[in-house]
Amino acid sequence: MVQTKSTVIHGLTTAWKGLTLTIRHLFASNAKRKIISVSDSNYFKQMEGTNTIQYPKQQLPVPEVGRYQLEVEMDDCIVCDLCAKICPVDCIDIEAIKATEAIGQTSDGTTKRLYAAKFDIDMAKCMYCGLCTIVCPTECIIMTNQYDRSVFELKDLTYVFSDMTPEEAAEKRDLLEKQQAERAAAKLAATQKKEGSE
Amino acid sequence: MNFYLKYFIVAIGLFAFSGFFALFGVYAERKVSAFIQDRLGPTETGKYGVLQTIADVLKLLIKELIVPAAADKMLFMLAPAIIFIAVYMGFAAIPWAPGIAPSNLNLGLYYIFAILSIETLGILMAGWGSNNKYSILGAMRSAAQIISYEIPAGFAIISVVMIAQTLNLQAISAQQGILSTEKASFLGIWDVSKNGGFINGGIMAWNIFRAPHLIIAFVIYFIASLAESNRAPFDIPEAESELVAGFHTEFTGMRFAFVFLAEYSMMYLVSMVGVILFLGAWNTPLPNIGAVHLADWTTGVGWGIIWTVIKVLILVGIQMWIRWTLPRLRVDQLMNLCWKVLTPLAFLCMLISGVWRLWVM
Repeated sequence: MVQTKSTVIHGLTTAWKGLTLTIRHLFASNAKRKIISVSDSNYFKQMEGTNTIQYPKQQLPVPEVGRYQLEVEMDDCIVCDLCAKICPVDCIDIEAIKATEAIGQTSDGTTKRLYAAKFDIDMAKCMYCGLCTIVCPTECIIMTNQYDRSVFELKDLTYVFSDMTPEEAAEKRDLLEKQQAERAAAKLAATQKKEGSE
Repeated sequence: MNFYLKYFIVAIGLFAFSGFFALFGVYAERKVSAFIQDRLGPTETGKYGVLQTIADVLKLLIKELIVPAAADKMLFMLAPAIIFIAVYMGFAAIPWAPGIAPSNLNLGLYYIFAILSIETLGILMAGWGSNNKYSILGAMRSAAQIISYEIPAGFAIISVVMIAQTLNLQAISAQQGILSTEKASFLGIWDVSKNGGFINGGIMAWNIFRAPHLIIAFVIYFIASLAESNRAPFDIPEAESELVAGFHTEFTGMRFAFVFLAEYSMMYLVSMVGVILFLGAWNTPLPNIGAVHLADWTTGVGWGIIWTVIKVLILVGIQMWIRWTLPRLRVDQLMNLCWKVLTPLAFLCMLISGVWRLWVM
């Protein structure tokens, strides 16, 4: 009975403690949350007001060098396929076509010898590890500070970076085939000539 | 014909009121919970989100009414109606202001508690009819809880009835203010009745102050009323984290809406009964002090409705405050509290009431 009595009193006092805590929050300032960056020294001292960030209307500032969505600068890409190879989740899909000659130079002076018929990144698979950006020799694949990309169709999360149309790709393939055929013919002719001379 | 027309209008008015109160109650509950948790609550639908509950009702209206294949169809479909009607009928005997009551029954209090008990039947029907383990568990818990808590609630009420000597709610209301012809005294010592001392009526003539043990009776009644309306911390019949939604797991659309309507109407009804029995019903809290007749100026039909609604809304607010503060009790703790704490205390209150009536009043 003594124990029951003390547990009852303890129950009531702790319940009252909780009730005073919640009523303080109920009547505390309902001020909207100030939008300050996480780098601000006051960021973790915001004890007053609501915690809700009304997202589309209010947005927390993100660092300019944020590591969110992937972006590829195709003019700088040499289609080396390193990013696709290192990707732990295989979200990068590249189809390269050899060019018949050097196509040009990237901004850092590397010669481009491959066309990218296909350069797709499936952002639904991407785990944002950033390995692709590290291995890229020309630093053409980068992470940007864009993080909000909501889409209605899953396929819209596959970002297509290749700037070639299928017709152009087909044309380049034909050119490559022709060149390879010519080279094979020349090689054959050379071997035959060599054989003939023996 | 006019005779019946009046009843229809009153019935429709009460239904409209309970619907309106449910709309308001859900919105208030969401806002209160949000502010307690430092959130904002609904903000998008209308200014400050005031149209949120109307949008919710529209959504519920257009939802499909699903009856589970294995359900007992008759019980399943009748249950929400019975749950709501039991609570709705309770409103019939409740006085709102001097002379204003849908039905001035001389057994009003008895009637309300009899009709409210039918809600348990509806809940059991819902749980059994759903043919779902969560539903039946919730319904069983609800029945056990409501039946248990009717005992302390009942004895707390009896201790008031022993002081008031009537079951007529309008008469109990009238005793607690300046319209009373009986002698009323603050804590049994200081005469505050109409022609008594310097100060008449007001808050000091309310039942909780007429006899000090009625404060304890009020607390017991309030705790028991939380349990009877299945509100936190006694919401084990719904227990979202254990039983999905308890007895109303399988309900959709308007059937679900009726269960919800019943819950909010029940909150209002039990608070209203508490206000009538303990907190002076439609009487003003302001007393007549000498020549300043504050009580006379703030008594009347209009004032009566205002005071009733204010007091009830304060109690409903406290119910919400408690819900968003205290965690849910375990079944054994619930029964412990009821049978080992509240019931003996309620008996004690009843005993003191008898003594009080005999020797003090």
